[in-house]
Amino acid sequence: MSEAEIKSLEAQFEAKIANDEKIEPKDWMPEKYRKTHIRQISQHAHSEIVGMLPEGNWITRAPSLRRKAALLAKVQDEAGHGLYLYSACETLGISREELYNQLHTGAAKYSSIFNYPTLTWADMGAIGWLVDGAAIINQVPLCSTSYGPYARAMVRVCKEESFHQRQGYEIMLSLCNGTEEQKQMAQDALNRWWWPSLMMLGPEDKDSVHTEQSMKWKLKRKTNDELRQQFIDQTVPQADILGLTIPDPELKWNEEKGGYDFGPIDWDEFWQVVKGHGPMNKKRLDDRRNAWEKGKWVRDAAMAYAQKQNERKNKQAI
Amino acid sequence: MKPIRELNPQFLESKENKQHLIDYLLGVADNYLILAQRLGELCGHGPNLEPDIAITNISLDLLGQVRSFYQYISQIKGDGSTEDDIAFLRKEREYRSVLLVQQPNTDFAYVIARQFFFDVFNKMFLNALQQSADETLRALAFKGIKEASYHERFSGDWLKRLGDGTEESHDKAQKAVNDLWVFTDELFQVNESDSAMIDAGVAPDMLQLREYYYEKVENLLTEATLEVPEVPYFQKGGKNGLHSEYMGYILAEMQYMQRTYPNSKW
Repeated sequence: MSEAEIKSLEAQFEAKIANDEKIEPKDWMPEKYRKTHIRQISQHAHSEIVGMLPEGNWITRAPSLRRKAALLAKVQDEAGHGLYLYSACETLGISREELYNQLHTGAAKYSSIFNYPTLTWADMGAIGWLVDGAAIINQVPLCSTSYGPYARAMVRVCKEESFHQRQGYEIMLSLCNGTEEQKQMAQDALNRWWWPSLMMLGPEDKDSVHTEQSMKWKLKRKTNDELRQQFIDQTVPQADILGLTIPDPELKWNEEKGGYDFGPIDWDEFWQVVKGHGPMNKKRLDDRRNAWEKGKWVRDAAMAYAQKQNERKNKQAI
Repeated sequence: MKPIRELNPQFLESKENKQHLIDYLLGVADNYLILAQRLGELCGHGPNLEPDIAITNISLDLLGQVRSFYQYISQIKGDGSTEDDIAFLRKEREYRSVLLVQQPNTDFAYVIARQFFFDVFNKMFLNALQQSADETLRALAFKGIKEASYHERFSGDWLKRLGDGTEESHDKAQKAVNDLWVFTDELFQVNESDSAMIDAGVAPDMLQLREYYYEKVENLLTEATLEVPEVPYFQKGGKNGLHSEYMGYILAEMQYMQRTYPNSKW
């Protein structure tokens, strides 16, 4: 392709994005756009799959049959999200197997929040309420992102996530209306999940390397700091209803900006966990790798069986 | 199949009948509970996303059935006890689940073989239960049969894939089938409460379907290129409250919250 042809394709591509038209898998796209989307969509898919583990940890111990069924359904939803996000990612010319490989070797990242342990039942409430709450804020803008398959997958993901968030909040509500011990359990969960949830919305704008390009491609519509402020402003009144205290002594309503001021975030901790030093990084990856490696003979069997069936069919046809 | 005859409205006024019906229902529903619990352990650890989702689905279906049965039991008991009291607050000896469903998730072949042995039974059972003289049970059977048919197709298809897949999968499937075979016959065990409910037309007489069960299972094993095990004896006990050594651990985990924080609402 000549340079002039590439220039013209680029111009068409930019014009499409500017007009809010979708880019589809067979459309021409710049290599950097393709790579950025593989990185982001796969990171998102991995987060869904790794995210099944901390909640899966409580399925067998859920305190009632209703809660057990709801938790199972929720974790199953996460698997479903993983499935269609991997599929969306595959439309960019990479296989699921390669994507798994990137996760298992540590080449690809997933949301750092899942590297914290789930220590009590209240963590199921706090994760739904805070972690899914932060995820929704991150993800709603993606429903109108420029890459078609991703945008369409996100419409469904967001619907289910908002259901998960309500479910999480409802767990917290039951605990806070319960015994003193239950209420303490809820407060303890909030104390542990609050700061990691704020970190989930990404590094501060001044330290975010991908923001500018992502805004241009509509992979991002608001900056990390804007999203974080939105999350805090919507969550504080919800904590008030629960009668719980946000573990930030500097949290204060700022009339002038129409939002809350909040204390400094421990970014050292954030980067330590990103680098792999969080309490559960090793366990989460080991669990994923184990499931994959132990499942190899099963996948091989399914392939071999399908092949045999095909051969039998072909023989019959002759 | 027997025609439906309606249960005499006075039937449950007898204390003895009531207790038999409760015991009978526990014998059905406890299997669902323990199997759902076992399958719940696997969530997030499947060999691939698709079977992971499917197994969670089966677990959810079984949990749905458990809840309906336990809610019916608490209605019959009429003493204010809830589905959760029944699920979480009994002692080990009071559970009526068969040994088969307690067996651990040793590997995917065990999960599938255990499931298949149970599913074939469960589908036949729910099919027959649709003729029950008890209206609620007919409705539960009608609701459950669609799910149970899907479960049987899932586990049967996978057993064929494993049996007729690779040499390794064949060996693993054969081992699982061999190890679990001794637990199959307990599914057909009839105790005093079962007999009473069969006589009343509430329960189907599953013993009459025993031969058909083994024929169905053996046909699929053959199709899966697996050998039908021959055992000189079958293991029993769970249905009468004498469980495997696994059961205490299953309950310890399942009951943990209810035992640690009694009288709390969740």
